[in-house]
Parts: sequence; structure tokens; C-alpha cells
Amino acid sequence: MNSHQPLKVEEVPEITVKPRAGEKVLRVALAGQPNVGKSTVFNMLTGLSQHVGNWPGKTVEKKSGRCRYGNYLMHIVDLPGTYSLTANSIEERIARDYIVKERPDVVVAIVNAATLERSLYLVAELLLLPSPVVLGLNMMDVAEQQGYRIDVQILQAKLGIPVVPMVASKNQGVKELLEAVIGLAEGIVPYNPRQPEIKEAHKPILEKLRELMDGLIPEPYPLDWVAIKLLEGDSEVTELVKGWVDKDKWGEISALLKGHEDAILDIAGGRYEWIRKLVRAAVEEPRMGPVSLTERLDRVATHPFWGLVVMALVLGAIFWLTYTIGSPIQSWLEESVIASLANLASSWLSFLGAPAWLNGLMVDGIIGGIGTVLSFFPILAVFFAVFGLLEDVGYLARAAYVMDRFMHWMGLHGKSFLPLFLGFGCNVPAVLGSRIIEEKRARLLTIFLTPFIPCSARMAVLVFLTPVFFGERASLVSWGLILLNLAILALVGKAMNSLLFKGERLPFIMELPLYHYPNFRTIGLEVWHRLSSFLRKAGTVILAVSVVVWALSYWPTGSIEGSFLAKLGVILEPLGRLAGLDSRMVVALLTSFVAKENAVATLGVLYGAGEEALASVLGKAVPPRVGFAFLVMEMLFIPCVATVSAMRQELGSWRWTFLVIGFYLALSFAAGILVYHVFPF
Amino acid sequence: METANSLKTLIEVKAGEKAIVKELRGGRGFVARVASLGLVPGAEVEVIRNPQHGPIIIRIKGSYLALGRGEAAKVLVEDSA
Repeated sequence: MNSHQPLKVEEVPEITVKPRAGEKVLRVALAGQPNVGKSTVFNMLTGLSQHVGNWPGKTVEKKSGRCRYGNYLMHIVDLPGTYSLTANSIEERIARDYIVKERPDVVVAIVNAATLERSLYLVAELLLLPSPVVLGLNMMDVAEQQGYRIDVQILQAKLGIPVVPMVASKNQGVKELLEAVIGLAEGIVPYNPRQPEIKEAHKPILEKLRELMDGLIPEPYPLDWVAIKLLEGDSEVTELVKGWVDKDKWGEISALLKGHEDAILDIAGGRYEWIRKLVRAAVEEPRMGPVSLTERLDRVATHPFWGLVVMALVLGAIFWLTYTIGSPIQSWLEESVIASLANLASSWLSFLGAPAWLNGLMVDGIIGGIGTVLSFFPILAVFFAVFGLLEDVGYLARAAYVMDRFMHWMGLHGKSFLPLFLGFGCNVPAVLGSRIIEEKRARLLTIFLTPFIPCSARMAVLVFLTPVFFGERASLVSWGLILLNLAILALVGKAMNSLLFKGERLPFIMELPLYHYPNFRTIGLEVWHRLSSFLRKAGTVILAVSVVVWALSYWPTGSIEGSFLAKLGVILEPLGRLAGLDSRMVVALLTSFVAKENAVATLGVLYGAGEEALASVLGKAVPPRVGFAFLVMEMLFIPCVATVSAMRQELGSWRWTFLVIGFYLALSFAAGILVYHVFPF
Repeated sequence: METANSLKTLIEVKAGEKAIVKELRGGRGFVARVASLGLVPGAEVEVIRNPQHGPIIIRIKGSYLALGRGEAAKVLVEDSA
């Protein structure tokens, strides 16, 4: 173990597995660019032993797991997928910091055999770092289908490191990879890595930099790596070196670096030249081979017009599948499982002579809360599965591409479209899904705008209440309200873009991966991770808030009419009056914070009517003008607690979360008041 | 920076045509990012899509990249022989 400034490994304590007697422990890091099948390799190696957390202090996901093979227990850390190891992104810094500071016994570098030149670029960077590297040459099947013939022996000889051909999605080469890792760790396999070349013009400078800094670079940083990163103009390493050397020395170093500001291009160019030579020796490239699968599919999928048609069909299919499969399970859970659980608990509690409040707490607070969490599950599971499938085969990047034209007008990224679309089902996965957007600015804006997307729960409220207030014109009003939300989304996005970001265009650089067959194990594990993180993070909060709201609606009188919640409604009534709402409607809005569909149930209780009778009671008691204001406010109100909890997790800050709550609260009331006063009839 | 007459930006390359990367403009961060994706001087690119609005698609070193028009305008190329 390396003792120098060790990284704090986890925020969440990792389940440490003790090696069995005689078992040897190896620490392995998995590195690779995006779209090389790295997560498939990771899933094959670790299966359900995975632990998902965040890198310390970062919102970047950290996956680790273990793998037993022969007499070895391997702790495997999945480094973030990055194209290089510069200081330009958090992911790249995490990856290089881990290797430099933690010095894993072996680094497994996964490359895509079908895009070999590009994916070897990261390997050229990895070879500068201290840990020995094994090359996992993945997606050999895709490469062959594209007409590439790769001579593994030559590649291995030229690189001087072990190379293992693999098709991880079919579990081919995984065992051989493990053998190579062990062989390398034990010093059985020869290891003489060739270093990427540096252009002649820069060799003398690099040599001088090394001389100047010799003996001044503290452990665990390798001198050669620091010298090259300095020449690249790496911001982080430059700062580090400034802190290590005295002023005079730094003066000499910066004088050397002056006039070489564009060295990064030469260094990158040198690496690619080195790669080119390797590839020329080891790979037979296709000579005008058959048109590849990717090319054929993209003739339609990325077409300016047909691409949109395809996307609309695909997304429509996602919607349809999710609700066709998910909704029946959802109502079955609600009506059969949760309801009978509640009945059972209720009768047991009365049998045991428990007080009424305990019964209420158990049935309405706890079981009701669990029910809300559980009822999300079927919809989320189906949605995540279909989404994951499209992601795995490579289609989602195309949808992001065709939507970028429209999204960048609002300061969003093409990729923002995907989580926003998810929001029509449920805002929670939409917020969680925003992680796919790398640019922080676009990610935050996407999260911020998500609650404008009317989720299925709000649609249910619309379906119930619009006929009450508007009779025959109900569906027209419903559509109007949905479009109103989307229009406000676009306007707020546009305004935020020009005010906060001065309309500055967001860089759009995105790889469109080659299409390939899905790996269901990878998709399944991904669905499981997303669901379990929802359960852990959002689930606990929903349950807690559900109990609190129940308590507020129960005490002190034992019924909602005289409860603290009702009193709060009375206090807020003057504000509600501005939009024509009485205290009962204000309370209904407040309870929709727990779950949007609660609005209807609360109105039922407060107007003293069941859901069936509520329609006629409300229709008589509430003029359409007030009803419309109420619906507008309900559509724009604070996102439900599950969404807020997910937002808190993804924004990583309570302050921002409260700002979002405040914004939606203010907007909702402002819109309600405005609508109430300008409503024509 | 003076630009030789034969250089043009990636946006000016029509779909289906190939070109050689000559120069990259923009800050260090941008240069490092696209360089790691294979856009280095001397590399051959093929423009796959170049619509009137929205990002272009190029093929470089066997992989496909979507580049915003702003980013594509910072890549100077020369017709490939």
C-alpha cells in the first residue's frame, strides 16, 4: 500500500472482504475511454459484488467491486471513462490521481478494437504512469465485422505489454485477462513498455525540465510524467510544481516553457504518430469494405428530417412500453399489495387496542409512504430498462444529436433532451438521468427545468379536475395547461441562458458510438443500480416526509380539518385569496408536495366528499376561474418530495435545492394570481 | 495568425468529402480535448453530415464525432489529395 497522501476511498463505507486463508490480494484499476465496453468488462468481472458510491467530494460515480480467481482476491476500481488524462475535467483528474496516488498493482486498459487508434491514445498516457498496464482489446467482433484484422502478437510485441483479445459482451477473453493481470502482478509475464515518442523539437526542453526538477518532485509523483504534463501546459501540475520549487527555480522553468504554449498539440500529435506506427504494423485495415452497419443505420438515424421521425417513433415506443407494462403493475401494487397491507395492519392494530393515532401513523404515514415509493418502481424499472437498451446499442447519442439544434436555443445540450423526455413519466428519473450531460452548466439547467415537464401524477390530477371545472372543454384545457408548462420551460430556459450565460454557446463535442449488440447483463445491472439508488436516496426522504405530513394533518385534533396543516392553510389563505383560492385549496396544494396525486385526495377530505362525490361538490363550490388558477398552480407548484430529494442529490447542495423550491413556489403563485385576474369568464 | 489561402474550416467541407487537419484554434482546453479525440494536425477527417443548422458529424480514426458548428469552425483543414 502506498502511504503518501492516500485518497479517502469512499464516503459510504465499502464492504471490505477479508481474503481467505492463503489468498493473495491484488488491487486492479480499470481504465478506458467511453464506448469501449469498459462497464461490460467491469460487470463481467465483479457481477453483484459491486459497490456504487461517489468519488470523495465529487458527484462523479465511483464503482468498485471484487473478483475471486484462483488463489487471488482482486479489488477492482472502475475509473471514470475518459479520452485522455489532462486536468480539463474532474473525471480525468480522478482517474490519474487514483493511479498516481494509490498505485494499483495493475491497470487494465480497455480499448475498442474497432476504433483502435483513437482508444490507444489513453493507453499512451497510461504508460507514463507508474502502474503496469494490461491491454484488453475489446469488441473484437465489431472490429472483424468492420473488416479489421488485428495481429495480437505483433501488437503485443510492439507495445511491450500483455494484450488480450476480448468480446466482453459474450464473456470471451475475460479469463485470459485475469490470467494476464496475475501474471503481470507476479512478474511472470514480460513487461517492457515502449514509451510514446516525443517530437525532436521538444526533447531538449523535456530533458532540461527533468534536470531542473530532479530531486524536487515529492513522492508519489513520477518525474517524467510531471515534466511532460508541465510541457503540455497542464493547469493542475503547473500549480503543484509552483508549490514544490522555490521562486528562482520556477523562474527558470517558466522561462523554458515560454514559447511552447502549443506543445500540447505536438505531444498529442506525437502520441498519434506512435500509435499509427503500431497500428500499421499490427492491423490490416479494410480496403473499401462493405458499408458498415453504423453507416447504414445512420443514413436514417442522423438525417436532419428522418432522424427526427425515427426519434419520435422510438420515444413514442418507450412511452408506450413503459405505460403498457408498468401501469398495470403499478395499480396492482397500489390496489392489492399496499391496500391489503394497510387493511391488515389496521385490523391488527385495532385488535391489539392501539390508539387511533398509532393506527393513522402506521396506515396513512408509514404504509402510505412506502406505497408511494413502491408505486414508482414498475414505471421506473421499465423506463430504465428500455432506456438502458437504447443506450447500450448506441442509439441515444443519435437522439441527442438530432435534438441539439432545438435544445441549444434554451442553453441546454442535445443530451438534455433525454432526461427531460423521461420527465413525462416521472421527474425523479429525469433528474437522476441528467448525469449523462458532462457540461456542468447544461446539467444544472436541465435539472432546474425538469419540474416543468408534467409528470404522469400531474396528468392524473388534470384528468380528474378539468371535467369538474370545464365540462366539455376539459381536454382542450388540459392540453392548454400542458403546452403552457412546456412554453414556460422554453421561456425560462431561454431567459436563464441569456441572463446567466449571456447566450454563450455551449460546446458540443460528442462521440457517436458504433452500433453493437446489447449486453443484457450490463443493462440489467444498470437498471438495478438506478433503482436501488432511487430507493436509498429518494425512498427514505419520501417516507420521512410522508410521516411528517401525516402528523401535521392529524394533530392536534385528530382530523385534518382542525390540524396544524389546516391552520397553515388558514395562515396562507390571504396569499391564496390573491389567486382566488380558499384555505382548503391551499392545503391541497401543500399536500401535493408529498406526491402530486395527493391534491385530489386532500380536496376530497376537506370538502367532505369522497372522490366520486367530489366532482359535483367542487363543481358547485368553485367557479371555473378559481379552478383554472388552481390547476395552473398545481402544474407549476414545487416539485414533489421525491424529485426534490433527487435534486438535492444531483445538485449536491441544499442551498441550490431551496432556491429551486423558492423559484417554483413564487412562479406558481405569481402565475395563479395572474391567471385569476386576467381570466375572461 | 495568418492563414494560407488553401485552408478552410471544417464547416466548409461538404458531406462525403475528406480533408486533412492543419490547425486548431481556440483555448488550450479546447485544443487538448479535440486532440485527445484524434483531431491533430495531419489527421484525415471525413465529413459525414453537414446540415444547414446544428452540429456536423465527422469520421476520424474510425470513430464518429458530432461537433457543434462553433467547434467545427475552429478546426482548419486542407483538401485531402
